[in-house]
Amino acid sequence: MEKETMTHQKGGSFLLQSTDPMEVFTPEDFTEQQKMIKQTTSGFVDNEVMPKANEIDDQKEGLSVSLLKKAGELGLLSVDIPEEYGGMGLDKTSSMLVAENIGRTGAWAVSHGAHTGIGTLPIVYFGTEEQKKKYLPKFATGEWISSYSLSEPGSGSDALSARTTAKLTGDGKHYVLNGTKMWLSNAGFADVYITFAKIDGDKFSCFIIEKDFPGVSTAAEEKKMGIKGSSTRQLFLENALVPVENLLGEIGRGHIIAFNILNVGRFKLAAAVIGAAKKVISNSVQYAKTRNQFNQPISNFGLIKQKLAEMVIRTYVGESMVYRTAGLIDRILENIDPNNEDASKQTLKGIEEYAVECSILKVYCSEILDYVVDEGVQIYGGYGYSEDYPVARAYRDSRINRIFEGTNEINRLLIPGMLLKRSMKGELGLLTAAMKLSGELLALTPQEEDTDDIFVTEKRLINNAKKIAIMTLGAAAQKYMDKINDEQEVLSDISDVIMETYAMESVLLRVEKKLKSAITDEILVDIVKTFVNDAISRIEISARNILTAISDGDTLRTYLTVLKRQTKYTPINTVQRRRKVADSLIQKGNYEF
Amino acid sequence: MKIAVCVSHVPDTATKIVIGSDNKSIDPSGVTYIVNPYDEFAIEEALKTKEKLGGETVVISVGKDANKETLRKALAMGIDNAVLLKDDNDRDSIGIAKALAEEIKNQAAELVFFGKQSVDYDNSIIGQLTAELLGYNCVSVVVDLKIDGNKITAEREIEGGREVVETSLPAIITAQKGLNEPRYASLKGIMASKKKVIEEKAAAASDKVVEVLRMKKPPMKQPGRILGTDKTAVAELVRLLKEEAKVI
Repeated sequence: MEKETMTHQKGGSFLLQSTDPMEVFTPEDFTEQQKMIKQTTSGFVDNEVMPKANEIDDQKEGLSVSLLKKAGELGLLSVDIPEEYGGMGLDKTSSMLVAENIGRTGAWAVSHGAHTGIGTLPIVYFGTEEQKKKYLPKFATGEWISSYSLSEPGSGSDALSARTTAKLTGDGKHYVLNGTKMWLSNAGFADVYITFAKIDGDKFSCFIIEKDFPGVSTAAEEKKMGIKGSSTRQLFLENALVPVENLLGEIGRGHIIAFNILNVGRFKLAAAVIGAAKKVISNSVQYAKTRNQFNQPISNFGLIKQKLAEMVIRTYVGESMVYRTAGLIDRILENIDPNNEDASKQTLKGIEEYAVECSILKVYCSEILDYVVDEGVQIYGGYGYSEDYPVARAYRDSRINRIFEGTNEINRLLIPGMLLKRSMKGELGLLTAAMKLSGELLALTPQEEDTDDIFVTEKRLINNAKKIAIMTLGAAAQKYMDKINDEQEVLSDISDVIMETYAMESVLLRVEKKLKSAITDEILVDIVKTFVNDAISRIEISARNILTAISDGDTLRTYLTVLKRQTKYTPINTVQRRRKVADSLIQKGNYEF
Repeated sequence: MKIAVCVSHVPDTATKIVIGSDNKSIDPSGVTYIVNPYDEFAIEEALKTKEKLGGETVVISVGKDANKETLRKALAMGIDNAVLLKDDNDRDSIGIAKALAEEIKNQAAELVFFGKQSVDYDNSIIGQLTAELLGYNCVSVVVDLKIDGNKITAEREIEGGREVVETSLPAIITAQKGLNEPRYASLKGIMASKKKVIEEKAAAASDKVVEVLRMKKPPMKQPGRILGTDKTAVAELVRLLKEEAKVI
């Protein structure tokens, strides 16, 4: 595989090349400033927000807003707002660190994320000078709270089929908006709603709507399964009068705003769910150490250790993926001059470069949290089912993450879709690689293994996983051509292969880099080896599903032979390794890896 | 008024301490260091005093380069300037106090805050030693402080109650938990601290008067004993409490 020579890696190119561990950004690389930002966020969350979790869940009047304002005083609302509009204008790693550490607050994290992410960023990236000056300083302090919606009662994933309309008034000074928007987080106390309507019924466009504009109102609170402490309402626009200067971005280009903002939302969501997972792990291990059954703490039992270990392994993997991607994005953004008038466009383009990685993070990490909360409840047993213990809330709060910011299903379709699109445009050599590979794969002889490297097997498997991803994607593209979008099951399986590959490689690179800094930590080696052992089996199953769906007869037999060869592997003793990971967690008493 | 805060960089209280191979010091590998918790009250009080009375604040620490992390944190909380008095070797309390006294004199600071103790060696002595060296007044273990012109009224924690004392500037105050609620470093403060320069000087020379000979871990806690399950065990319990535990 060829080495990348450009200053930044192309999005999706991890499938085509190997990466030097020293080039990867990891949580061990946080700067002194980033560590201080983490401390401030953590201190604020643990002392001001967490003790009020129950009151927040009861939507105590004014509480979430007052906490947002306090967060604003510390700068926690303005990490992504440029300095000239009262913000901090910091890097995305810092932004993700804040999101991660707020993530453990569940509902309040949604209020914070809706305000600082989807509520604020459309104006940061697409606003006119006047719009930025008017709204961003107020958003930075929390004086005004923002809210956002793309959905309508009849349109969710199919966002562009929205029915809300906008019509210019005779004097050309206002738009008249009519329609209903769904699921606006913060709607109960927001001052501003960022939303979309079709001008003249066909030009999908974005608007900044203030709560006091005529014809604007909200419905009663939705009764939700989880994140109960966050306000969620419908927004009614009944002949709502919106000044023309509140059109955001260009007429008919609303989808550009919607899709770009989703991209950013996705990587921040991934950081937040990893923060939430860490908290559940810490709570669960503390519970397991104090809950006695059969005259001993349940943390002594193999099946509890197995759960705790797997919770740690997946969370550690997710964290590695999140900050690896943050590093990629920051590397591409650091060359942008914030004073350049195209800075916003360049920033979005930079983030969009990693749209595939952002989708991977969103899907993979939200499913990590779902796994962690599920096992968390199980460790608490009957008490886990009681609202008197924190894990029940974490369980309910987790579920939404697989739905919002683009469902995991939509994102699973997007991942191979985007990769193919880039390959067709010649931006990424996946299809050429697939063609080259088809000859090479059959001729392959087992490679000599460098026995000095403790990860020699894992590296071979990761390399092979990339080949499997390229082979299945290429074969599916060849088979279905432009009809590939109709084959959702195949696309989703291809996504799973790609995601597991990114996951394996990210955790391996992080641990390799850490071990190179002379810190020997056997537990981390166990984490990598156990994860790769399991992931390669999952990849094999997904690939088998793909290959049997797209081929039969001799072709299928050939594919399956190749697959078998690529996934050939002597399994390791994961029982023993998981026990070691669990023992380390039990000894620490907290998620600290 | 020039206000100084003296801080130390200590192992995190949650860290498991391992004694080094020389048996005289702790093994620093894998240990997370933090701002001494009592020093955070001192930093906060310096900031509050400046906000009320005006002036300039400076944070001072004696030790290795690693102490800069703690100095940087104080800057991020809002302290104006920082000085590191460098010494790569461990000092005894008087050695630290001498270095600090010289720098406080140099800075012409009239009001100096310390934490009431460092949670590493726990000697609870450096503030008082420094005051003695400078000829400043000193009030220790302070939980409430009022400054009016030259007059200082301080409440200090004593066994079972509080004592109110009055003194005057120049003075050294050592802070106890409860004096205030330390602020978080705001993101703005953190970014501003990045631009500030930490002044480095060699710490004033000092001969050791106290030497650490050996460090030992406290003996492992003995497991509990069950003497019996009914009243017949009471006599034996009383005997053991008297003779073995010597607590009654």
